[in-house]
Amino acid sequence: MGTILFELALIFYFVATIVGIIELFKETKITSKIILSMAGIGFAFHTVNIIYRYVTAGHIPITNFHEATSFFSWCIVLIFFMLAFRYRIKLLSSFIMPIVFALMLSSSMLPREIKPLSPVLQSYWLEIHTVIAFLGNAAFALACGIGVMYLVQEHYVKSKRPVGLFGRLPSLQTLDEMNYRLITLGFPLLTLAIITGVLWAESAWGSYWNWDTREVWSLITWFIYAIVLHARLVAGWRGKRAALLSIIGFLTILIAFFGIKLLRKGLHVFL
Amino acid sequence: MKVFVVGLNHKTADIEVREKVAFDGPKLDEGLLRLRGLPEIEEAMILSTCNRVELYTNVKDPVQASESIKTFLSEFHNVNRELLDKSLYIYDDINAVRHIFRVASSLDSMVIGEPQILGQVKDAFEMAIEKKTTGILLNRLMKKTISTAKKVRTETRIAENAVSIGFAAVELAKKIFTNLSGKVSMLLGAGEMAELAARHLISNGVKEVIVANRTYERACELARDFNGRPVKFDGFLQEMVRTDIVICSTGASRYVLMKDQMQKMMKERKQRPVFIIDISVPRNIDPEINALDNVYLYDIDDLQGIVDTNMFERKKEAEKAEKIIEEEIEPFFKWQSSLDSVPTIVALRDKAEEIKREELTKLLHKIPELKEKEKEAIEYMAAAIINKLIHPPTAALKEDSEDRDILIATIKRLYGINGEEKK
Repeated sequence: MGTILFELALIFYFVATIVGIIELFKETKITSKIILSMAGIGFAFHTVNIIYRYVTAGHIPITNFHEATSFFSWCIVLIFFMLAFRYRIKLLSSFIMPIVFALMLSSSMLPREIKPLSPVLQSYWLEIHTVIAFLGNAAFALACGIGVMYLVQEHYVKSKRPVGLFGRLPSLQTLDEMNYRLITLGFPLLTLAIITGVLWAESAWGSYWNWDTREVWSLITWFIYAIVLHARLVAGWRGKRAALLSIIGFLTILIAFFGIKLLRKGLHVFL
Repeated sequence: MKVFVVGLNHKTADIEVREKVAFDGPKLDEGLLRLRGLPEIEEAMILSTCNRVELYTNVKDPVQASESIKTFLSEFHNVNRELLDKSLYIYDDINAVRHIFRVASSLDSMVIGEPQILGQVKDAFEMAIEKKTTGILLNRLMKKTISTAKKVRTETRIAENAVSIGFAAVELAKKIFTNLSGKVSMLLGAGEMAELAARHLISNGVKEVIVANRTYERACELARDFNGRPVKFDGFLQEMVRTDIVICSTGASRYVLMKDQMQKMMKERKQRPVFIIDISVPRNIDPEINALDNVYLYDIDDLQGIVDTNMFERKKEAEKAEKIIEEEIEPFFKWQSSLDSVPTIVALRDKAEEIKREELTKLLHKIPELKEKEKEAIEYMAAAIINKLIHPPTAALKEDSEDRDILIATIKRLYGINGEEKK
């Protein structure tokens, strides 16, 4: 049952992604509606899937790599919809749904069985820490997608050939502001995730900081986004630089996320 | 019953001729009523804009109507008949419908895709309705015309993208800044095109205009025009720190703004984006500054390039529009030709009713002792027989077949229906 729900979510995200890519090349009245409804249906299945696993396992389903990746993409879609309903950023889905689908696809290829929870993870910190961390990362994922949109639009304006997507992409100012807003949402969440992680580490292993791979990468990510915010406030680093940094920041998150799995090192190996 | 168009436009007539035959103000009222009053004309409306004067009519005989309308035009406007003959074009039936669709969809306009024409067509139609000069054919045609023009507008991108320098600048500004309200602009130097661009920006919400000019008096003058603030030319760099959009047209022979100056200014501005339009020839602003982050510099050639590209795009979209129009013509003609079968059907039914009545009267005369119930039964039977008999030809007439004209003629002959139309 949980598998079918996941599979359905994957399929609907896939359709949304494909239609999103088609929309980049050919504008029709219905494509954006199709994307939103496909993503919406996918999200509904996805949500039920997560609840189902929660109920079956008795704890939040973020305890193996399949679940974590799946939850990560769920958070991205959640924030995407929050954004889509408030701001109507044209073409946003075409840049976000591929990220969602790629994450879901990798999640689908990972072992799905629910294993008994290791004693280290049996803590109320599990839910607080992971939910905060993934929501933060999801905000950065959207900032990355919007950063890409900014670079595309900036290219059109700078090259003085306003063709192709120029007319349909939002203005540079809108994209830049949205990017900034998402980072100011993600940064406190990341900070909180690190703090809750530190407290959890202390209660689980008895020491606050163990220089484990995940901890180090989180710190690197934190510094990147700290620089984005700081440089913006002090030196006015906005626009292209902010967009580039938010893309680099998200790539760092992805490297940390998948790198750890591939290396199988450190205390965070369960994820 | 035929749609018939007589008209002239910017392609066939000079402004002098167009002025002479324009139906402006009270002339429109009078012209419309007199046109409708012509014996050859059954319905009429007049579209008169600065680029075209067209008379849309419903006529029986295009040859007679054409003569009569031309005479009317030349008498009404007191214009030489030869001059008119040279300038006028005439369309009837399908070509007339196509022409009207194309005009309203702005395919026949001087600037393809310009949006005003549809409004003008609507006004002309409303005027005709007010004066009650149109009827079943033109009313239906104009409704179809308006819906077709709207379809063209929404399904093609014919009206999208700026095709003038001023609009191109506004469009770019809107892609750099989300909206222009509250933005500060600076007019550096003067010139017709620069002032026009500034006006476009203001009408799109730009809040403040700073005017800098070599001669301070001129700056003051312009500032009054734009409700802006004059500054000394030497001071423009300081003012530029808080400006979002700069229009430059100074007529200087060398650059008035260099890259290193701009770089310094961007630091002071905390990198807030700035859009600079340099329409001076030779250019007044170092083109290198476009390489700086958050600085967007466009010169006159860049803007002209955009206008040209957009114009080309519009022409491509116009081809799509032509296809839509062709698709819309057919349903209109189906409707129009269905009108022709209606009188025949009515005549057929009348004929049958007449026979029934006659025969019933005869019968009741012969057998007066019939009871009420029996009478009813006989009447019922007679009605059923004629209904069943005329049902197949009626259905065939209503059907949309290619040989309907022949069918109409055949049925009329078979049933001996002569009266053309019942009014």
